[in-house]
Amino acid sequence: MSISVPEKVWWKPIDKEEKIWLAIALIWMVISFVWMPIYHYIGKQNPSSESYKAPREQFEQLVNGFIQKYQVKDANGTPVAMNDIPVVHPPAGGDAYLVGAGWKWKPVLELEKGKTYRIHLSSFDFQHGLSIYPLNINYMAIPGQDYVITVTPTTSGEFPILCNEFCGIGHHTMVGKLIVK
Amino acid sequence: MADQDFRTCSITGLKVHLPAANLIMANAVAAVVLLLIGGLAAAGVALTRLPSVHLLPADLFYRLLTLHGLAMLIAWIIFFEMAGLYLGASVLLNARIAAPKMAWLQFILMVVGVLLIALMVLTGQADVMFTSYPPLKANPIYYLGVILFAVGALIGCFVFFGTLAKARKEGTYPHGSFPLVTFGLACAAMIAIATLLHGAAVYIPTLLWSLGLMGMDESAYRLVWWGLGHSSQQINVAAMISVWYLVGTLSVGMKPISQKLCRTAFVLYVLFINVASEHHILVDPVFSNAHKIWNTGYIMHLAVLASMIHALAVPAGIEVALRKKGYTSGLFEWLKKAPWSNPAFSAIVLSIFGFGFFGGITGVTFGSEQVNITAHNTWRITGHFHSTVVFGTTLAFMGVTYYVLPLIFRREVLGMGWAKLQPWFFGIGMMIQVTGMMLAGAYGIPRRHWDIVNFGGSPFSFAWDPTAYMWLGVFGIGALLAVLGGAIYILVTVGTILFGKKLA
Repeated sequence: MSISVPEKVWWKPIDKEEKIWLAIALIWMVISFVWMPIYHYIGKQNPSSESYKAPREQFEQLVNGFIQKYQVKDANGTPVAMNDIPVVHPPAGGDAYLVGAGWKWKPVLELEKGKTYRIHLSSFDFQHGLSIYPLNINYMAIPGQDYVITVTPTTSGEFPILCNEFCGIGHHTMVGKLIVK
Repeated sequence: MADQDFRTCSITGLKVHLPAANLIMANAVAAVVLLLIGGLAAAGVALTRLPSVHLLPADLFYRLLTLHGLAMLIAWIIFFEMAGLYLGASVLLNARIAAPKMAWLQFILMVVGVLLIALMVLTGQADVMFTSYPPLKANPIYYLGVILFAVGALIGCFVFFGTLAKARKEGTYPHGSFPLVTFGLACAAMIAIATLLHGAAVYIPTLLWSLGLMGMDESAYRLVWWGLGHSSQQINVAAMISVWYLVGTLSVGMKPISQKLCRTAFVLYVLFINVASEHHILVDPVFSNAHKIWNTGYIMHLAVLASMIHALAVPAGIEVALRKKGYTSGLFEWLKKAPWSNPAFSAIVLSIFGFGFFGGITGVTFGSEQVNITAHNTWRITGHFHSTVVFGTTLAFMGVTYYVLPLIFRREVLGMGWAKLQPWFFGIGMMIQVTGMMLAGAYGIPRRHWDIVNFGGSPFSFAWDPTAYMWLGVFGIGALLAVLGGAIYILVTVGTILFGKKLA
């Protein structure tokens, strides 16, 4: 009985059926915990582990400089924005910045298909959850941290970015855009 | 030993210490009241997440979502566990409870804590969600409420261990090891102490930060908070599995097939499961991949192995017990003749099924590095922990209530017909609900989100894959069934306590 005291010596050899089950479970566990690091090396989609401390004032300067330098301009030379958010075309193979602040993802990044970028992800206010749809790729944007995600877009199109970490009453309005040309 | 403090249970023959019984009843009643509050919030949240209903305005939705998490995951479950700890230590060992005054202090602190939390949340001074990730800031009284609640729970754990020591010293039970259920609960209490220390390490600095007395590192908060947030779910796992063994014994006379194996499995939980809480921060900056893989890949599987052992031991124990009753024809006569009309039995069978197949498997996969990128903060996660904590733990606790009512409250269960249906409504409802949640989440539907259709009028709004809406509908059907099952549980329990026939 499970609710009464067991017999005096209960440390006894286990039965064959239990041994078989235990062996199956152990093998299963061994495979799954070996597979995870193996896949880290052979797979092509891993969480990034490159990050830096990024005090807000310094990081904001970097982001503003980045937007000024690479904002897309139309035929008349006027800077292009979508819904007041600047559209930025970072240099192929270079650094790009993406920041969550005030329930917006800034800027709208315009990337080129097949080129590799280092996207610096951060937040200027609360914690945000970067979620790119429909790929369903999710990373945390934490204030004070510069999270570097190296990506090579393989599909062109416009991809909505939403926030999936609660960041206050306007959380559900926080939708941005990523363009791949 | 003053014998007038005891009564002998006519059903189990156990000696019940009356002050312990009072404490069990107080904590159980508090648990059910909190389940009612959390359940009402659940109905509001579910009906808002259904795009076709979208019941509540945004502020009320986020407020009730915060309340739902705290009332259910913290208050209902931990109050019930306190009742379970006192039952496992005092009643199962025929022992008087150690330091009953300290035990009442546990109860009072937890009640005060939960009242402060509820007051702050409902008055809109703590719209920070269950996780209260800084720099979202609540009124300091909110953090104080959490700390008081946790201190209460910690006192409860010490009373539990004190009672075990007292029982051993006074020789109130036959010489030997503790019963398996008590052993499992002791493991739960050990995990609880470790967890609550994490709680102190995160909530005390957070309280000081909210008072403006110190700074805050958001990433450190996430790491330490999950040492509390995930580990506290392992208290639930150990307590739930103890309840499986308890109800298995009371309903079909189940015996553990091997004490050695079952107890080793509980020890594996104590040793390893606390470490494995970093799958929550797999897609965070700051922590290195090596660190994350070590924690989530290696250590966690030793705890999963423990669940695999119980996954064999509990059903096998039930099968052996039923076969001994003569249900031996064919492979499955025992299953057909099992006491399905006993709500406690059907509840734990559904709980085992839900926890293992829906909660466990998804937990292991979502906790792996690559899958986590596509699951983090989507509804897949919400579906996973509703499988473990609601489909598993809550349903098991509901099941054991049908024994606690006659044995401790000494009332005959009122509305037994409804009680028999209750686990099925709740269990099947949860099964449908978590399926809808996890599959909608696979399409990217985020958790903790008020408006996935219009995004509150955001200019960049977009339309989801239509299949996602179908799974949202499936979620809604399941959620309403589960709410109905929960309502029946509360009506039966409250009805029994107030009006049930008194047992001699």
